[in-house]
Amino acid sequence: MLEVRDLRISFRTEHGRVQAIDGVSFDVGESEILGVVGESGSGKTISLLAVMGLINDPNARIEGSIKLRGRELVGLEPREMRKLRGREIAMIFQDPMTAMTPVYTIGWQIAEQIMAHEKIGKAAALARAVDLLAEVNIPNPREAIHRFPHQLSGGMRQRAVIAMALSCNPALLIADEPTTALDVTVQAQILDLIRKLRRDHKSAVVFITHDMGVIAEMADRVMVMYSGRIVERGTKAEILLEPRHPYTRALLDSIPPLEGEKPKRLRSIPGSPPSLFDLPKGCSFAPRCPSRFERCAERPALEGGKHAAACFLKVAS
Amino acid sequence: MADAVASLRTSRGPWATALRKLSRDRAAMACLAVFILIVIICLLAPAYATFANTDPFRSSLDATVDINGQQVPVMEQSTEGLGLGYTPIGPTWEFGSYFLGADTQGRDVMARLLYGGRNSLLIAGASTIITILFATAIGLTAGFFGGVTDTILSRILDILWAFPVYLLAISLSIVLIAHGIDLGIITLEAGSLWLPIFIIGIVYIPYIARPIRGQVLALRQSEFVLAAIGLGVPEHRILVRDILPNVSTTLIVFVPLMLAINMLTESALSFLSIGVQPPDASWGTIIQDGQGLLYTRPWVALAPGIAIALTVLVLNVLGDGLRDALDPRSKIRLGGD
Amino acid sequence: MLLALLRRFGQMIFVMFGISVLVFLIFFVTPGADPAARIAGRNASPETLEAVRKSFGFDQPVWVQYLTMMKKLFVTQDLTSFVNRGWKVVPAVLDTIPVTLSLVIGAAILWVVFGMLVGLIAAATRGSWIDKLLMALGLVGCAMPVYWLGEMMNLVSQSRYHDTWLFSWVPPLGYKNLSDDPRGWFLTLVIPWFTLAILYIGLYGRVLRANLIEAMQEDYIRTARAKGLSETRILLRHALRTSLISFVTLFGLDFGALVGGAALLTEVVFGLQGVGKLTYDALQNLDLPVIMTTVIYASFFVVLANALVDVVYILIDPRVRSA
Repeated sequence: MLEVRDLRISFRTEHGRVQAIDGVSFDVGESEILGVVGESGSGKTISLLAVMGLINDPNARIEGSIKLRGRELVGLEPREMRKLRGREIAMIFQDPMTAMTPVYTIGWQIAEQIMAHEKIGKAAALARAVDLLAEVNIPNPREAIHRFPHQLSGGMRQRAVIAMALSCNPALLIADEPTTALDVTVQAQILDLIRKLRRDHKSAVVFITHDMGVIAEMADRVMVMYSGRIVERGTKAEILLEPRHPYTRALLDSIPPLEGEKPKRLRSIPGSPPSLFDLPKGCSFAPRCPSRFERCAERPALEGGKHAAACFLKVAS
Repeated sequence: MADAVASLRTSRGPWATALRKLSRDRAAMACLAVFILIVIICLLAPAYATFANTDPFRSSLDATVDINGQQVPVMEQSTEGLGLGYTPIGPTWEFGSYFLGADTQGRDVMARLLYGGRNSLLIAGASTIITILFATAIGLTAGFFGGVTDTILSRILDILWAFPVYLLAISLSIVLIAHGIDLGIITLEAGSLWLPIFIIGIVYIPYIARPIRGQVLALRQSEFVLAAIGLGVPEHRILVRDILPNVSTTLIVFVPLMLAINMLTESALSFLSIGVQPPDASWGTIIQDGQGLLYTRPWVALAPGIAIALTVLVLNVLGDGLRDALDPRSKIRLGGD
Repeated sequence: MLLALLRRFGQMIFVMFGISVLVFLIFFVTPGADPAARIAGRNASPETLEAVRKSFGFDQPVWVQYLTMMKKLFVTQDLTSFVNRGWKVVPAVLDTIPVTLSLVIGAAILWVVFGMLVGLIAAATRGSWIDKLLMALGLVGCAMPVYWLGEMMNLVSQSRYHDTWLFSWVPPLGYKNLSDDPRGWFLTLVIPWFTLAILYIGLYGRVLRANLIEAMQEDYIRTARAKGLSETRILLRHALRTSLISFVTLFGLDFGALVGGAALLTEVVFGLQGVGKLTYDALQNLDLPVIMTTVIYASFFVVLANALVDVVYILIDPRVRSA
């Protein structure tokens, strides 16, 4: 349904051109949940903002191809792109506290989106907003549409944001760390909600996170990103049980195991991600990689069919 | 996004970063150059007076000027009406001989413009120093020590704040300008330049003291200050080591804007003849001199107004540049009536 | 809510009281300021001075003088001028209010409309030559002394180009009553309105542009874009709506100060007998009762404007409403 091919995004800065996304390709099937994992700065958000057509920095250059149900989005007229946004593709952002305009009621903001895409009266749009709020389990939705964002708790606000994103039944929902800013108990509720909505609305979901635990719970397939490139992709089982790339393994090692004896110390990844200004010539993870060898000075391609990894170590340990 | 990427790379000291940023701001640097040029030109006023062989502080109604080899009197017999009055000569556009014409007392307007600029700049600069010193002292005391001190100081600032600046400045000027002030330690003579300096310096204190107090109040609650207090660091040390450096960025941003506002205020007071007193000049007094000549010799009023507008303009751009370089968040009102 | 209103009212009274005391102190206690000497003239004999002092009550303790003046101002309202004895001050001040209000309200309409337009257009075309041009013009507008701009306006419209089609409609300086001569009222005020508004158009345009650009970086703008709204709608309904909050604060303070007499330079240049001009004339001959009255009147407007800003805040910012 969504096909991204060889996406490259670069920014012009005062220190020269910076390649933020370097040749990323992936697919999302109908009503599938794709998990995108990586540290901050790995390019996971930028690549999906590109799908939304929301990179409006004049210094940015976007190349490659993004196809939604066969329709090319790269280079699409801003007007056409706008019609898709919010109707075909919707996005939920990380911080529900700042995601809504503070001076309008929840109902007004949801109705605004519906009216932007459909020929519908204000009253009907508000009625739809009530239904949507009920669907995301906001208690007393009839009253809630008259609330302002600051009058709701973080979890309720994120529900309202999700209701707004779903208001036009999008084919694709992009969720950018929707639970990171929330309490743990609320996190679980929101994750349940997104799963339920996928079932009811048949939307495909791209779920961006840095949390392998969330991936384990949500994703059908997983894509791991590191400094603007995909380092590994596969089904959830493949990634979690037989990780091939040392970076994926390191990420998995850094979450506490649910069963068995707790390790004395969680393993962390030594070092920090490389600056985009001086990426290593070869594998960009090499400087932090415990199993690097001479070949890592070259750049590994993403190989291996469905379960692919960009690493010269072919044998899973 | 590109900014975030770029900031990964630049991590020098905040001052060095700000200076670098400012030096890249072409508009701000151009304005700085223009401002320095204005200052230098005004400082050269005595040189111009010598060159033009004129005394800009003494009326010279019977002077003559050489135009194309002809001696022309500076005060021309008026041709309008009954021909009884005299009209000063208009701009000759000849450097050194009544370039901008003469005023009603036959004085060279160009020379007065330069001397006036010296005074306008001096008053703006000195009153800015006074405002900043007092406002910082008040803001630091009120914000850091809190309690009764803060309540009293804040209430006084509230009152001054609600008092329209121009009315306060005018009230003070009217009372003081004719008689001077004797405060025991300092005595300011009537007509002294220090009177407008003090008056302008004082009236703007609340405008700086309030934001400084707010900032100090916030810093007082910040973790590093609380930690220092917890460790038993003496208060004066915290003030000097932790708070003052943080406040000083804000103050530096205020400087060019205060200069601009003070210059406008000084010119307004002088225009109302309660600022710089004759025979001294400032750009405001020259506009006042030119008011009577407005329809016959407009350049007398035109030139100092352009000088003020240009100076205030470059100072504002410079202030914007400084703010962008140092602290993109802080804001100050500029302009007056 | 009632408690908050009462507190606000208390603050207003306190600030006005403070200002009246301050003005009184400036004119009576400042070293070198002797109102009797001012009234009697520079070279008055000691006897004359003494007589003046007695006759005007300057020989009484300062606080008695203050209380007497306040009583005459608020209770009996028969405060008279020091200079024109018998001239009642309160009605004189009331007479000037319509002039000042006419000037300031007209200018305020101009500067709000044009200031918003400038800010919106500049923010929408950020970085383009239109933006740069508007901001440069705004800077020039902020930099010109208002009295000088007024003089230049007079030069152009009353003298140099008065006989051309462009300015032949401009009547001589002065004020005409709205009720007697609405056309004359409008025509005499057009040039003063623009003169006073130009500074604020520049100022407000620049402030609004900065606020809009800051607002456009907010997360909720990204959400609005993700909703598929048009850029115009995002700018007007989301960014502008949230930026208006600080715009209103600025407006309240400036409007209050101007009605309170800060427009005096404009009034002086255009010969409009408003509150500011009255104050200025009174200051010239140290007519303390007039100054007291106008300054208290001024502080009343400034303080009232501040209070109104708070009320408007509650109306336009739901976060304040429920706090």
